This record gives sequence, C-alpha cells and structure tokens, in this order.
Amino acid sequence: MTQINRLSGGQIDRATTLNFRFDNRSYTAHPGDTLASALLANGVRLMGRSFKYHRPRGVLTAGSEEPNAIVELRTGNRQEPNTRATTTEMFDGLEAHSQNRWPSLKFDALAINDQFSKFLSAGFYYKTFMWPAAFWEKLYEPMIRRAAGLGSLSMQEDPDEYDKGFRHCDLLIIGAGPSGLMAALTAGRAGADVILADEDFTLGGRLNSETFSLGDETAANWAGQMVAELSALPNVRLMPRTTVIGAFDHGIYGAVERTGDHLATLPAGKPRQILWRIYSKRALLCAGATERPIAFENNDRPGVMLASALRTYANRFASSAAQRAAIFTNNDDGHRTAADLHAKGVKIVAVVDIRPDAPINYEYEVLAGAQIVDTKGRLGLTFAEVKLSDGSTRTLDCGALGVSGGWNPNVHLTCHQRGRPAWNSDLAAFVPGADLPPGLSVAGAASGLMSTHAALQSGTEEAAQVLELKGSLPDLPDAEDAPVSQTPFWYVQGCARAWLDQQNDVTVKDVKLSHQEGFRSVEHLKRYTTLGMATDQGKTSNMGGLALMAELAGKSIPDTGTTIFRPPYTPVPIGTFAGRMKGQAFHPTRLTPSHYWAKERGAVFVEVGNWLRAQWFPLPGETHWRESVDREVRQTRASVGVCDCTTLGKIDVQGTDAADFLNRIYCNGFAKLAVGKTRYGLMLREDGITMDDGTAGRLAEDHFVVTTTTANAVKVYQHMEFVRQCLFPDMDVQLISTTEAWAQYAVAGPNSRKLLRKIVDPEFDISNEGFPFMACGNITVCGGLRARLFRISFSGELAFEIAVPSRYGDALMRRLMSEGEEFDVVPYGTEALGVMRIEKGHAAGNELNGTTTALNLGMGRMVSKKKDSIGSTLSEREGLNEDDALKMVGIKPVNTGDQITAGGHLMGASGPVDAAHDQGYVTSAAFSPSLDSHIGLGFLKSGDTRLGEKMRLVSPLTDLTVEVEIVSAHFVDPEGERLRA
Amino acid sequence: MHDLFAITALGGSSPQTDRVGNVTCTESPGVALASVAARSGQEPKARTALGALIGADAPSVGRFAGNPVMAFWTGPDQWMVAAPFDTHEELAHLANTQLGDTASVCEQTDAWVRFDLDGDDVLAVMELLCVLDCRKMQAGEAARTAIHHLGCFVICRSSGAFSLYGPRSSAGSLHHAIVAAMKSAL
Amino acid sequence: MIINHPLLGSRDSSEFVYLGDASLIDRPDWQAEHAAEAFYDYAYLRDNPAGEHRELWFHEGGDRSWLVVTRNTVTHEISKVELARDVARAQGRSK
Repeated sequence: MTQINRLSGGQIDRATTLNFRFDNRSYTAHPGDTLASALLANGVRLMGRSFKYHRPRGVLTAGSEEPNAIVELRTGNRQEPNTRATTTEMFDGLEAHSQNRWPSLKFDALAINDQFSKFLSAGFYYKTFMWPAAFWEKLYEPMIRRAAGLGSLSMQEDPDEYDKGFRHCDLLIIGAGPSGLMAALTAGRAGADVILADEDFTLGGRLNSETFSLGDETAANWAGQMVAELSALPNVRLMPRTTVIGAFDHGIYGAVERTGDHLATLPAGKPRQILWRIYSKRALLCAGATERPIAFENNDRPGVMLASALRTYANRFASSAAQRAAIFTNNDDGHRTAADLHAKGVKIVAVVDIRPDAPINYEYEVLAGAQIVDTKGRLGLTFAEVKLSDGSTRTLDCGALGVSGGWNPNVHLTCHQRGRPAWNSDLAAFVPGADLPPGLSVAGAASGLMSTHAALQSGTEEAAQVLELKGSLPDLPDAEDAPVSQTPFWYVQGCARAWLDQQNDVTVKDVKLSHQEGFRSVEHLKRYTTLGMATDQGKTSNMGGLALMAELAGKSIPDTGTTIFRPPYTPVPIGTFAGRMKGQAFHPTRLTPSHYWAKERGAVFVEVGNWLRAQWFPLPGETHWRESVDREVRQTRASVGVCDCTTLGKIDVQGTDAADFLNRIYCNGFAKLAVGKTRYGLMLREDGITMDDGTAGRLAEDHFVVTTTTANAVKVYQHMEFVRQCLFPDMDVQLISTTEAWAQYAVAGPNSRKLLRKIVDPEFDISNEGFPFMACGNITVCGGLRARLFRISFSGELAFEIAVPSRYGDALMRRLMSEGEEFDVVPYGTEALGVMRIEKGHAAGNELNGTTTALNLGMGRMVSKKKDSIGSTLSEREGLNEDDALKMVGIKPVNTGDQITAGGHLMGASGPVDAAHDQGYVTSAAFSPSLDSHIGLGFLKSGDTRLGEKMRLVSPLTDLTVEVEIVSAHFVDPEGERLRA
Repeated sequence: MHDLFAITALGGSSPQTDRVGNVTCTESPGVALASVAARSGQEPKARTALGALIGADAPSVGRFAGNPVMAFWTGPDQWMVAAPFDTHEELAHLANTQLGDTASVCEQTDAWVRFDLDGDDVLAVMELLCVLDCRKMQAGEAARTAIHHLGCFVICRSSGAFSLYGPRSSAGSLHHAIVAAMKSAL
Repeated sequence: MIINHPLLGSRDSSEFVYLGDASLIDRPDWQAEHAAEAFYDYAYLRDNPAGEHRELWFHEGGDRSWLVVTRNTVTHEISKVELARDVARAQGRSK
C-alpha cells in the first residue's frame, strides 16, 4: 500500500524507508514517524475498538494523552498490550496489532454491545450483575473480562531487562518545549547541574508541530539549535524518551527512560527501560498544555481528532487523516490548524466556529456561530453535520475533523503531593495552585502562559529565580505572542451519545444519569461512570466531565472540584518497577565459604533467609531424602559429623560495660561468666515474649562473641544497637557484626575430639579437662592459622564449633573430611541438624515463634529477677503466668509407625474435638532414627506435669487423628552425659 | 605457617576480572581489614592512636586517609582500617596492640568482598548501582550505602576509580549487579 | 523521602529502617513503684498524630546510627533530625 495521505515537508527522513506491520498487513514509513503518523499516512484511520461498546476508533491525539489508538506491540514473549500508537517510535520491522476486537478490527462481533448501550450505561456492573451471587464468579466476571478490557498478555516471561538508576541535579526541567529549552539554556549557561527530560524522542515540544518562526528560524530549527547548544554543555544532561512520572517527597522525581523501545532488537545486556530516581534541589515543570475536545453526537469516529493533533501530524509528521478536513473550534487556535493544513494542500471543507464573531478567512469557508451536531461513517468519518447560526443544517463531506475546545495546562505533577489546581477564568482552565510540591516551580503553558513568547520568557525567568541567578539572562528570540481568549464550550446541547471519555466509553448521557442517580461528588462520579479511570487517566476527558457535572449541579467548575492526580503520569510496565530484582536476583543470595564444596558433594540446598544452606548430602543409590538424613544422623551419633553453621549471626561485643550490656539484652545473667566460657542466652522482647536465643562466649573480660539464630541476625543487631544508643547511651560497649568474617563448623559426635585433635595445633589442650563443656577460646589450626573454638552442642553429642577466617573455610571443610575418613566422618545438612535438635529437645524458630515466653519453653526460672533486662518486667504479667500455661513437651505416637504432624493440635484422649477443648499444638516433628519412631515437640497446657498422658493429635483440615503420648522433650540423652564426655 | 588454601569471595582460586567498554571490575582479595571503635571517654586518645597507625590524621566523617595502612570513617568514632593482606594479614592484632584500651578492635578481613571499578565511564555504572551522587565524590571520600539491598562501602580513590566493599557472602549477587550495570551502561 | 542525617547530610530514606515513636527511648525504671503499669504503657500505648511526630529511624545502610526524626505525618516535612544517642542523654539516660 502506498502512503496516500503523506504530505510534503515534516521532520521525517524520506531517504530511508522502514517496513512495519499492523494487523498482519505490511506498510511503509520513515524514520521520525510514530506508529500513528505512519498509519495515517498509509490511509489507516481505524486503529482500535472501544472498551465497552466496541465502537470503531481511530487516533484522537498526537501524544501521550491518547485514549483510543491503543495497540499490542511486538509479538511472542515481547508482546506488550495497551501501548499508545501516538508515542510509539517507528523502526524497521515494527509489528503491532489492534486490540479488543474479534474476529477482526473491521468486523467485530461484540460491536453488538453498541446496540445494547441502553443496558450498558453508567453503573451497569452494579445494577446488572448483582444476583444471583454465585453467578458472579462463574458467569458474569469471565464474560465481562472477555468482552471488555484492552490488550492481552503474552502469558510468557518477558525476556527483556529493565534497570533502575539514580541521578542528582541542581535543577530538573520537566518538558523540553519552548519554556523548558529556555530554562535549560539559562541554567546551563550559568553552570548549574541540569537535567532536561522530555517524553518525546525529539526535543522541542510543540515547536516541532508549528510553522511560525522564532527570530529568523522556523520553530523546529530553533529547537534543534537549542538542543545542539545544550548537548555541548557538560553540566546539562538531556534525557529524551524520558517521562517524569511522579513528584515524590523532598525533590525526588520518578522518571522512565525508554532506552530500547525504539529498537527492533536490544543489544545484549541493554535495558528496554530505566526507572530513574532523580534527586533535584529544584525542579521546573514545563509540561505544556493539552488541547481539549468538544463533545457532540458520534464524536468518536475515526477521523475525528484534536485540531492540534491534526496540525502536528501535518507539520511534524507530514501526514493527514484524510485529504478533506473540517475544523470545529471555539477559539483562534482552531483557525491556526486550518491555515497550516490548507498550506500543506489539505482541503479545508469548512471551519465551524461557535463564535458569531469568528475571524474571517478568504481561502476557505468559516461558518461562524455554527456547531457540529452529528457525524456519519461506519468505520471512519465520512460526513459531519453542521447546525448553522440560522438554525439550518448542512452536511460537510470530510474524512478528518479537527476539534479544538481550548487548552488545559498540564498541571498533573503539581498535584502529586495533595496540591489542588486553581481555576483561571480567563483561560477557562485549571492552572497550578499555590500548594506545589516543595521545590517545584512551573513555567510556560503548564503555568497558563499560552503564547510562545510568554513560554520562552517564563522559562528563562523561572530558571533564574529558582537558581537565584544574578546578571543578564539569555536573549529571547522574537516569537508569536497572541492573546488567548477562551470561551468555555464543553458540549453541544441536545447530544446524548457524545463521548467525554473515549477510552472508558463514558458519554454525556452517562454523566447525566450519574447525577440523576445521586452520584454528585466528583469522586463518586468518577467511580460510578469510570470517567478518567482508564490508562490515559482522563487527560482529554476529565475537564469535560467536570464541566458537565458543574452545569447539572448549578455550580461553578472550581466549586465542583477536581479528582486527585496521582503518579504515574503515563502507564509504566510492571517490569520497569521490578528492574533487575527478578528471578534469582529478586534478593541477594548469601553463600557460605564451603558452598562450592557442598555443591561438589551434590548437596541439596534450602533457602534460609537469604542464605543457601546444604539441606542434606545424598549419596549414590539414595532415592529418598529420608535415607540421606537418617544416615547423616546415625553416623554423627555413632562417630562424627560436620555441619556448616556459618550462617548463625555472630556479633562482636566489646567494652568495659560489655558484660553489663549482655545482662540487659538477655533475660539470664552474664556478669559472672568466666573468661573462656560460653553460656546459652535467651533474649526477650520488651513485652516478655521470646525474641531470639543463642550463645555468648567470653573471650576476654571486656570481649564477648554473641551468636543469634540465622533468621534473626539482622533484627537482633538492630535491637542491640537500639539498646546501646537509645536506652543506655553511656555504656562503654561497641558492637560489630562478624557473621561474614568467620566460616564456622559444628563438629559433633563421640569422635569429634579425635578428629579435631588432628586439626588443632598441638599446643592447645582440647581434652575434657583442658577444654570442658561450654569452654571457648582463640586457638590456631593446621600449623598456625588463627581460629576460634567453642565447645557447644546443638545435637546433644560431644561437639565443638570451630571457626576460621572465611577464605579458609572451604579448605578447612575439605581437611575435616580427609582427616575424618578414618572415623567415617559425615557431612550433615540442616535436616539432620533439625532432627538431632528435636531429639535433644532444643527449641528453635518453630518454638521461638513470637507467641511463646521463657515459661512456655520451660526456661521460666532463667529470667533473672535480680537485674533489669529487656522484657523481664512484662514477662511477669499475670496473663503470661497462669497455672495452666503452655509448656514445651515431647510427643510420641502410641502406635509405632504413626506420624507426628507439625501444626496439629492436642486434644484429650476422648471428648469433643473443637477449639474449646484445644490443649496445645505441635511445633516441630521429625522421624528420629535414634528412636526409630516419629517424634515431635510442642506446647501443652501444664505440659510439664502431664508426662505419660495419652492424647489425640488432630488436624481436622487434613482429617488426621493420631494417638500420642506426652513425653519429656529430651528424647536422647536426657542427663546430658554425652555432651560432657 | 599453616597449609590451608584460601579461596576468593567469588569462590575462585584467583580473583576475577571483568571488563566492559573502558571499565574494569576487579575482585580484590588482597586486603586485610579491622574495625576500630573508640571506647567511651577515650575518643581523643583513640583518634591519636589510629592516626599513628595510619600515618595520617584519623579521618573525619565520610573520609579516608593513610597509606599503606589506611582507615575510613564508618560511624561516630568508628573506622575501618585496611592494609595489604600479604604484609598485614594479622592487621587486627596489630591495630589492637597499637590502640590498646582506647578502642575495640575486631577482625573484619573476610567479612567483606572488595571490587575495584576503574575506567573513564565508571560514573555511568555507578549511577545504576547506588543512590550516592558519585559524580560529586572526590578522591578521599568514603560512604556507606545500599547497593541492590546490600550494605556496601563506596570508596572514591579518584574520579574514575571506586572501590566497593560488600558483604562477602553476597559477593556473587553484588558481582552480578555490577557486571549487569556495566553491560547496561557501557 | 530524604533524611538530613546530622553527620552525613542528605540521605535517601531507603537506607534507613523505621522503628516508630521516639517515646521508646523513655524506658521506665524497672524498680519504680508502678513499674508494671509503666512498662505496659511504654510497650503498648502510642499516639498516632496527624502532624508532627518524633520517630526512630535506624541508618542500617549507613553509619548504623539511630536517629530521632521529627516528621509531619501529613506532609512528610522533616523539621529536625537528631542522633538518638544525644536525645537519650539529654533526657537523662545513662547506663
């Protein structure tokens, strides 16, 4: 197909031809085109179907405010729904599809909705689909979802990358039209650190769309020269294709830069978009203005457009919606469009101006005091019907109709922090109010200054003012300075199916109905009719709806109020918000120093917080994880096993008050702990509930090493800093995390000492006498490497924990394995660790679950009453100390082979199974290879006095009932003889 | 002398280097680290002793100083001391001896992974990584910030040279973030 | 948001962790006569003002200082930032 509606001139590169496809048909375009301008040039006006009624729709605007020309871009896993053809930069091979139509754009089966519009008016969801309730999920919702809506998702993972970044500047200028360019020049020449961002791929704003001159240059050339000068300034960063989407607190702006959307294929590693967080000392909004339509009957046919858009397509993109055009206007700007189109050879059928005193033109007809009252054309405009000033009607034969209802300043960003715009009756529009986001100023059309001269002047003056520049400012070129008079005219009297919001299919009739049904606050109107709630956020529709509503209520527009503008200014793909934080990179991964060794051994890993820990180490032939875990437990209890416990939090506590400090954070006492000894410590929250547990080893009088659970390490450190800085600021105590510095391994089992004897340098005595249970100290290993040794046991066996600097962790683990061969050493993972601690009756995260107290854990007597510690006072509350308080117990099945299930509840041996008879619950469960039985830990009312009692373990949700016996939590070695061996 | 073999934070037997455009990212395991926190009431003495250790005034807020033993400010009356690993593996011991009871010293060598970023376009990489205004950072400045949710120190050696210290266990994630930013920006 | 750290200057709030009301500094005396009641108030009762609020922020991704930030909860305007340690000392807290 040839470009039948291609005009002369424009900012397109005719030397290069680009091929693209729309709805599987091939077309040609040129660099500089948008998808919309190229389609128009190719004679395609029909670009989509409307949301609700499936009405044929074409392009309304030439910018990001577009409600209608919404397409699916690209194919396969790169398909992106709901993109605006008006901002889609053309490239060779671009492929797009229209949306919301079936089977084709020209014949859409659901266009039948349009015939049933009576039933689909405002609020139809609420009225129609109320009953019966069960039908909603199964019938109505799927039906509506299929019929309504816009584009579709590919349902495949997006293969592209998105980035996030941070930029800082003295002055952020939002919009590179006349005011933005002048502001950037003023600030740039003064040496300020400037960022100039614009959503368009060519900077210049409206200057690229106009034919008038600035000084001796055409507007577009002048803009080009300005951009060239600004690019040469090292302190000015130009960001084309960048939409500033939100004004956030304290001068922070969000901006989306489309770095790859205009490329057919992205180079490897390059992002498609970057979400920038821009930190500005000051910001200047130069966002310009958006033309507003006039509502009249059937004003939504393809070919009916904003007059300024028609002008942009002609002047900048050298394309037109048709060869015959009419203009409908209430202001002089509409006449400018007519003149420009006429100059480009487009036949102006007539300019229909509502004003009786409309300017006269001798080259084409001006119908003063006339109004468009209806249009015709099934898939695109063919005729427009005019009601003349004398009341007679006339039909205009035209394929394009430019509508101009005046201009609205783009105030959106000024309202992002609760600011309300102010009504300017000269412009009959809202302008920025007094309560702007701190640090933000406004210049040019966005501030209500509509002439080019005023925009240039305010750009330079605002920049000078916010930067407090002294001295002379750049000269302004001569530019048009036409006075603006806007007589508000929102809709043609008597119209009904006249579209206000084309994207959400809201008509004048809908707004009237909403008013009639009592939805009279502007926020109610919005939600009842969905006016302004589509992806364009009502940029071309809100004012019309508001004006109509004001009229119906007999109030002024400012008294009616506006809805709140919220970020983002234009839609942003979710992928852009995610950035690199997806898949494996969703959060940082923490690896222990012997991770690579564990991987070599075929370990299965589990995520614990951000850590990856070896869960078990399967051997060839093992088919079930239980086989591996049971073996690891048996071998450890029989001889020796090694477990990587690097992930436990380690906090170094030093200072003359270090012992006192530990006395405050742990409920049990630490002041009397001897140097070279370790003690279990229980940490409470201030409300008396347990927070965390661990050990503290005293390396010197004023030096402790505290361990925390893996999951709570960060929280506990914060808490300790809070206690140190906020509660006891004069304590001499210093904290630093050393979790990462040391690779630490538990060496457990009856042969653990024998194995360590081969590793620990001979001058250190690690015999039971020389290094008894709970001893700790600095040692050296393998011929002089500094290391730490703790004689602590989580497994209940004779056990040690040995730590070396992380870089040597891998080598130490390999050494332990090779030296341990003679003892049949086994590496064990977190599962075996868990089994052994349950067998030993040690509480862990499942028991320290944020609801339990020291008393519940059987450690009530540990809470010292002789000293102040966090949580000690509130732990004495009556409610936490009732006679039948939960106590930790062990649970065993009565019938061997029955399984214990964590989460199950404990009920009496007989009687009802309900919440009223709930006696406790199971927190941890495992198969114990040592007992050859399933076992569990849990909490039971007065559990400590009920050992031997038979109960039922139930889980009504999974229909489980198991007969169990309550036993001591210490299944293995209750006297603790092994760990003291 | 012990006979255990060290691996780098990225798990290799030798440090990894990546180059994109004119920017190089080098894993730098050759640094020993120790934290120094002044004891309560001993702050002036600790500063003096630290100054003697690094051969320069103890660095003030956001600064580093000293060579070959250098220190950077990490918090109120807290510093990190860094020195070449080969000659100062037992830096914590040395610092402890010199600072005596004026400060608490803790070995931090293997708590961190260090990546050195060098090259003309390094700022384009930095602005994708961290919120600091690296364009304004001068040689001698040091700051802690979050990079991809990891608490990292950013050291500005010169306008085209930065060192990042991140938590060693997350070296792989930090390295991935740096290299991805390099490929994106360069 | 940007928090103007008393030592480090402007820092992005994403480097910080929020705790809550700065009244958490005023931990009661455990040996006072009505300690149980005082601790109950301390642990559970907070004001929730629409307006100025003194609150605790931890510079997790920074120098590990706890700060008392005076912030307007309606406008997010931050009028004062202090080191919590200084505030605690000024309120008579010691060891």
